[in-house]
Amino acid sequence: MTRMQVKDVSIQFGGLTALENVSLSVGEGEVLALIGPNGAGKTTLFNVISGIYKPTKGKVELDGKDVSTKQPFQLARLGLTRTFQNLQIFTRMTAVENVMVGRNQHERGTLLEELLGLPRPRRETQRSREEAEKLIEFVGLTGVGDRVAGELPYGVLKRLEIARSLATKPRILLLDEPAAGCNATETSAIDQVIRKVASTGVSVVLVEHDIHLVMSVADKIHVLDRGRTLAEGTPREVRENPAVIEAYLGKSAEPQRVQHAVG
Amino acid sequence: MNLILNGRYNVTVAIALIVIILPFLLSSTFHLRMATMVIIFSVVVIGLNLLMGYAGQVSLGHAGFLALGAYAAAFGPAHLGLNPWISMALGILATSAIAYLIGKPILKLKGYHLAMATLAFGIVVALVLNNELNWTGGPDGMGVKRANLAILGLTHVQSWYAISSAVLVLAILLVQNLLNSSTGRALRSIHDSEVASNVLGIDVTRQKLVAFVLSAALAAAAGSCLAQLDGHVTPATGSILKSIELLTMAVIGGLGSLVGSIVGAAFLVLMPQFLTAFHEYEHAMLGVMLIFTMIVMRNGIVPSLTTLLRRKVQ
Repeated sequence: MTRMQVKDVSIQFGGLTALENVSLSVGEGEVLALIGPNGAGKTTLFNVISGIYKPTKGKVELDGKDVSTKQPFQLARLGLTRTFQNLQIFTRMTAVENVMVGRNQHERGTLLEELLGLPRPRRETQRSREEAEKLIEFVGLTGVGDRVAGELPYGVLKRLEIARSLATKPRILLLDEPAAGCNATETSAIDQVIRKVASTGVSVVLVEHDIHLVMSVADKIHVLDRGRTLAEGTPREVRENPAVIEAYLGKSAEPQRVQHAVG
Repeated sequence: MNLILNGRYNVTVAIALIVIILPFLLSSTFHLRMATMVIIFSVVVIGLNLLMGYAGQVSLGHAGFLALGAYAAAFGPAHLGLNPWISMALGILATSAIAYLIGKPILKLKGYHLAMATLAFGIVVALVLNNELNWTGGPDGMGVKRANLAILGLTHVQSWYAISSAVLVLAILLVQNLLNSSTGRALRSIHDSEVASNVLGIDVTRQKLVAFVLSAALAAAAGSCLAQLDGHVTPATGSILKSIELLTMAVIGGLGSLVGSIVGAAFLVLMPQFLTAFHEYEHAMLGVMLIFTMIVMRNGIVPSLTTLLRRKVQ
């Protein structure tokens, strides 16, 4: 079943068209990879889907409903959240607190109860801590929970952001270059996490330059180039698409070398 | 007992003990009055710290809220014939309502723009207090109809020491509870990354508004205590200079530290008293001390000392 759909989205900044008539859809438990050269509009599309930018034209639908005008926090409450290419970590909070923030919408208790320190908000805090610790374990970061996030290395923070986004209990998760700057071990951990998340029915949309990771986890690939859709299909179809080969390597590239480079 | 051991209320209990013991160590009414001033400003700075140190939102007009609380204590009995206690309570409510109405549009602004908007609010309050002669007494201010706990055998200053202390302990308790809850985590997250808080489902504007209104309410409560302690209110309470002083207290004590708020308030209230020996160089000396403190302890007195102590222990 289609869970999220981007329909004919265009966005302009001044005279510059960053996206032009882009459409895509992702179903339940499906992993869709968004690839393309730098400046193709991948992050811009993420910003449109997550409600940070409003599209100039077209719309984004969640379960068949137009959500183009919703703010990011409203989308998060509808089950759509994301991570960031350049980390947006709460650096002064501990790792476990970072993840606990993701549970905000699920924590019950009124402001008055919180001010008075009544049992309900305390129980919620306790529960959030437990859930957060489980998620930290889930992304393979057992033991870092009480460290201040600002002191943790980049590769760890990449996964911490994934744990934090999972704490919102998303149905659609957007991952913006989750493996950027990660070593082989970390990348393989992220590969595992994406598979496990998708296997629980979460739809994943992924922007990633690591083509091996993309080929490994993606069910579908959508290729953007200069704000337009260049190709879409299964990893195999995209790998063999002449337009993709040309965009990545230029006209004269030999088919043999291309196979190697893209796959 | 369990509550004390698990650490949640350590700070609150320690402060409560100090404010209970302190009067027995202070020999004169003057000293008790100074202690009360420190306590009253601590309440304001704790609120300001919630807003700035935790949620990361600047207010350059916070003395405006202090003055609204102070003038309400004077205004109610003088112009509306209200009981002083009731007019103080109404003053806190009215100030919170004003903070809500002002905060709603301006908290969408960020950084310098928010700073400018809060500064403008402070200027407007100062202008009104100075110019509405019939209502505020203008630059001369107005007298405050006294209320105290004479019924319990306390003098006026003793009464306001006791009440301000209770307000301080309550303020610490409430703010500490809040910081340990969902809202507290949301506020701290906003400080580090608004966009991340937003995509995680936090209504950023609403949370900032919560912090803004609470900090205004604390400032107003402190303002009404101050009005009663002095028996008189003047526009100086709501001046921009006073806002800057409050900001300095928060920064010098340590942003993001409740104990720091008290230390910062004590520093700026008491230091001028110690420096009177320098006569006309008093202000210059204070300036030098502030600059020196910020160079040596750039995170504020309390956080810097805590870090230092931790390093020594390890």
